[in-house]
Amino acid sequence: MSDAGWIPVAPPGVGHLRGGRPFPQEAADALADATLRSNLTGATTRIRAKRDAAVAEVPDWEQLRAAGAAIKDDVLAHLDTYLLQLEEQVTARGGTVHWAADAVEANRIVVDLVRAARADEVVKVKSMATQEIGLNEALAAAGVAPIETDLAELIVQLGDDWPSHFLVPAIHRNRTEIRDIFRRAMPGADPDLPDEPAALAEASRRYLRAKFLAAGVAVSGANFAVAETGTLAVVESEGNGRMCLTLPRTLVTVMGIEKLLPRWADLEVFMQLLPRSSTAERMNPYTSFWSGATEGQDFHLVLLDNGRTATLADPAGRAALRCIRCSACLNVCPVYERVGGHAYGSVYPGPIGAVLSPQLTGIESNATLPFASTLCGACYQACPVAIDIPTMLVHLRERAVAAGAEPITERAAMRAMAWLMASPRRWGAGLAALRAGRPLGPRPPLPPPLSGWTSDRDLPRPPARTFRQWWDAEGR
Amino acid sequence: MVTCLVDGLFPDVGRATVALLRRLGHVVEVPDGQTCCGQMHINTGYGPAAVGVVRHHVEAFAATDVVVAPSASCVGSVRHQHAALARQAGDTALAAAAEALAARTYELSELLVDVLGVTDVGAYYPHRVTWHPTCHSLRVLGVGDRPRRLLEAVEGLQLVDLPDAADCCGFGGTFALKNAAVSAAMLDDKLRRIAATGAERCASGDASCLMQIGGGLSRSGSPTRPVHLAEILAATR
Repeated sequence: MSDAGWIPVAPPGVGHLRGGRPFPQEAADALADATLRSNLTGATTRIRAKRDAAVAEVPDWEQLRAAGAAIKDDVLAHLDTYLLQLEEQVTARGGTVHWAADAVEANRIVVDLVRAARADEVVKVKSMATQEIGLNEALAAAGVAPIETDLAELIVQLGDDWPSHFLVPAIHRNRTEIRDIFRRAMPGADPDLPDEPAALAEASRRYLRAKFLAAGVAVSGANFAVAETGTLAVVESEGNGRMCLTLPRTLVTVMGIEKLLPRWADLEVFMQLLPRSSTAERMNPYTSFWSGATEGQDFHLVLLDNGRTATLADPAGRAALRCIRCSACLNVCPVYERVGGHAYGSVYPGPIGAVLSPQLTGIESNATLPFASTLCGACYQACPVAIDIPTMLVHLRERAVAAGAEPITERAAMRAMAWLMASPRRWGAGLAALRAGRPLGPRPPLPPPLSGWTSDRDLPRPPARTFRQWWDAEGR
Repeated sequence: MVTCLVDGLFPDVGRATVALLRRLGHVVEVPDGQTCCGQMHINTGYGPAAVGVVRHHVEAFAATDVVVAPSASCVGSVRHQHAALARQAGDTALAAAAEALAARTYELSELLVDVLGVTDVGAYYPHRVTWHPTCHSLRVLGVGDRPRRLLEAVEGLQLVDLPDAADCCGFGGTFALKNAAVSAAMLDDKLRRIAATGAERCASGDASCLMQIGGGLSRSGSPTRPVHLAEILAATR
């Protein structure tokens, strides 16, 4: 249940929105992995510089950003109307629309559709929504083999691993690691495969081409859906998406209900915002649009809630649903850069994940994520739909505290501090008492959590007099 | 507005702010009633418990013309959090008073450059200095290059560029305790870049970031020392 108490959140036990351990523990382990840190720093630094240049070329970027935010806010304010309009348009064009309240229902719908098509293998376009609901596991449990066709997603799948980034799911891997994964897990791969990018791409091309030609069913996500025309859009870089969308007899698209745009013309704004923010390209290589069932294809659209209505119910949190999964906030986040995506425990990592995952699951399941930020503000600055992530993080911290997720000692300390701060006399005496620490030196033996400070930094030596003691004595 | 960190741990920063403003011919008052802006509570999720702290802050500064603090972070809290918190608590009168106070509260470089119209404050500081612009000065207040313009006008000061200066130092208030390992990893990178400048001093406009950077410099045995913008601007021949 959501904090509102009556709107269901994403159910536990299915999908990938909840981590096993609290963020600080996952993060500390990730920091210890030197290869991971070097892979991440290299990749995020490169993407960051390219993105800055791509954005700087656009003279009206701030206006585009404001327009993107306004269009998405309109969608969220009238979601019911636009969803029904989308259903009507898709149905009128020969498609079938399915409504899934949560991951369990969405997985059941897709598995039933695949069974009805008598397929034992499906090709997949990279899709965050299907990762979110754990569709691959549901398909495997039903005896169906899901084949990821995006190169990075394929690396992740063959490596029996998890995506750690929206756009670059294998950002945590370098090419030597990728070669080893291909040699080990790609059927028919050359045992002497070199680690040159062209050779790795060619190996996956050969493997995937056979899959595209044989598959009877494809499963995709969607970047956008236009309510006015019933048009779905997939934006990609490799062309694998186009193969999946057009070759198989049956196409099933799983889409979060917030992915809507009201009008065809709105794509003008988003097709400028998305490529520059995500891959730092003026235009992405492949953009596919389709409206309903085309050329004899059987088309099904699964509309997924899974905690989105609960997110919409919080006025201070709902702007997280503006997100277009560009990953600009991941690339600029100093925390993500150092720990990577897996530490967040959800398919949605980084700053946007820290505000989205706890809302989709309810704060109790992801209570440490809103604290995984210094509130440095880099994410807000980079966000193409102007989501004020720092302010939202503070709001969700408040929800975590209200839910009793923080240690009782912290609550007591905060209450005591607020009591001291309510009186200048008490507060002045409290600050002056810090002087007692003067003989202890820069590394006093402090209890946790204060020992977290002294493990890597010295403490300042408390002064002989506080400012206000000086002011009272001679400053006035 | 003497921030709680300056009051209790870095009083020299407060004294320097007073000395600088007096040298420029202004009357400086330090209201006895002030304690803390409540930012730590708010940013740690204890906003509702800090409404009283905000009310106390607004009352303590009720009789002022202009308020200045040597901290972008605390001014950011006053400007962007106080009124919102009061509204959330249903106290519209407090929200209005907090908004009025926020409108006359400035970070030090904003006050000097925008309100007083000075960039050369007549300071003398014969050192090689690198500047760490804090996250909240850049991305919450948007002070831009104001501190740099002030530093460039200081006689004897040699300003050296800090690589990736806009990157966070890793402090983040209680983040440094809750996610101590990540905070330390961010600090490591900042320290490496400071070392690459060969500067004698790492200057910044917030005592909190300087406590993090200074704590790391001290632990690593670096010869570079932390210094607050106010201390540089207050220094004379």
